[in-house]
Amino acid sequence: MKLADGLFLESCREIAAKYPSIEYNEIIVDNCCMQLVSRPEQFDVMVTPNLYGNLVANTAAGLVGGTGVMPGGNVGQDHAIFEQGASAGNVGNDNLVEQQKANPVALLLSSAMMLRHLQFPSFADRLETAVKRVIADGKYRTKDLGGTSTTQEVTDAVIANLD
Amino acid sequence: DTTRESPSSEWWRGDMALRRLLQGIVLPRTTGRHVGASFSTEAGETIRATLFPGDGIGPEIAESVKQVFNVAGVPIEWEEHYVGTEVDPRTESFLTWESLESVRRNKVGLKGPMATPIGKGHRSLNLTLRKELGLYANVRPCNSLPGYKTRYDDVNLVTIRENTEGEYSGLEHQVVRGVVESLKIITRQASLRVAEYAFHYAKANGRERVSAIHKANIMRKTDGLFLKCCREVAEKYPEITYEEVIIDNCCMTLVKNPGTFDVLVMPNLYGDIISDLCAGLIGGLGLTPSCNIGEGGICLAEAVHGSAPDISGKNLANPTALMLSAVMMLRHLQFNDQADRIHNAILQTIAEGKYRTADLGGKSSTSDYTKAVCDHI
Repeated sequence: MKLADGLFLESCREIAAKYPSIEYNEIIVDNCCMQLVSRPEQFDVMVTPNLYGNLVANTAAGLVGGTGVMPGGNVGQDHAIFEQGASAGNVGNDNLVEQQKANPVALLLSSAMMLRHLQFPSFADRLETAVKRVIADGKYRTKDLGGTSTTQEVTDAVIANLD
Repeated sequence: DTTRESPSSEWWRGDMALRRLLQGIVLPRTTGRHVGASFSTEAGETIRATLFPGDGIGPEIAESVKQVFNVAGVPIEWEEHYVGTEVDPRTESFLTWESLESVRRNKVGLKGPMATPIGKGHRSLNLTLRKELGLYANVRPCNSLPGYKTRYDDVNLVTIRENTEGEYSGLEHQVVRGVVESLKIITRQASLRVAEYAFHYAKANGRERVSAIHKANIMRKTDGLFLKCCREVAEKYPEITYEEVIIDNCCMTLVKNPGTFDVLVMPNLYGDIISDLCAGLIGGLGLTPSCNIGEGGICLAEAVHGSAPDISGKNLANPTALMLSAVMMLRHLQFNDQADRIHNAILQTIAEGKYRTADLGGKSSTSDYTKAVCDHI
């Protein structure tokens, strides 16, 4: 899509020129998805137009464990709203809500992003560290991560791990 | 006037939308008739197939395919054609009218990688093939190769991508400086056609489920029409399970649990992305077969990797993708026995691990690998 994506690339290049210390490159979206599933570690920050971003974000979420763990935020001119990063299927279903087994990690990490945005880096760090510890320990994990814990159990574990 | 009236003559050039409309009137109803053209042969009769060895490593890997076909006793006679060095005005491309006629006549062909010639005044090779041969569906079976380890072991799916319209209709324009519009076109005809092929393929190959991939919650009219057409076709195949999966979910599920998918049918853009993603799941374009289905039952199998000029002529290239594509071509021709034997030979060779080309982490040359495959037949 030479004109549309072409314009997007032109704009990215203009901005990239202002940040010479940051490496900038371009990749076609089909190749990108192929690389993501074979060597995701080659990517750092990815900026995309709307539709591709949706696909890439969900692919990336799948690589790291699903929509239950991927944080995200929406940034606008005057406001910012933080929510889980990828959309696929984690609105949940009635079962999940009833049994209270939804994964709180994505939203917890999104709130840490919000704290960073508000320039409370130490609070953000404490929260993120606690969450990562709980996941690394592996004792309290919800169903999507292969465990059997409830939302509350995971939350309690995070609180217990806060410095 | 002796000039042949080809689709590339001035008369046709112009409003794409008008052209499409005319095609809708001029082309015959495609339901059922174009798929599964039967190629029955009497004993001893050979089928003619067009071969485009292509550029770079193309000729070497094409040679491998010919060898394997000989050993397996496949009754195919190849008509070789190459990309020309000059633009043929009848096709506006480096592909000559004769080579295209060859495919139209034989109805079946195999294509190696073609380097895109740079410059203006001609159509890209892929675009030429697609338009001139009416290639409307791109089919890629993605199967985890036993013995070649990726992060995923249980991939066994087929992506079927609508290849003529959608987001790639080529209709873009600038509204004002800094604002561009791109049109996505979805037609009932093209959607029905690809859906028909998908279900036909599923039935013919013993697959159980067809999933239509879409974003109809946002693109209600375009993807909505695509889904409507898939549903219509699904009703005619009650033995095949039909489901609809939103593209976001599809991407995530593919990287988390690809074994859950069977046949996927998609409009052009999603198909482009998803088929490459799936190729990545099994080890990349060097191992992925592909074939393009055209009007009138044309099947053009092709290797979708590049021409790799840096290793061209050095007997290092991996012919697997082209070999597997040739197998797809055989299945289309219903030479299932030979197709199975060759396919198994390839899988065994890779699984054993003794003869593998460099891209798979081995040290074998193209010829050694090819010989190993031949020995396994």
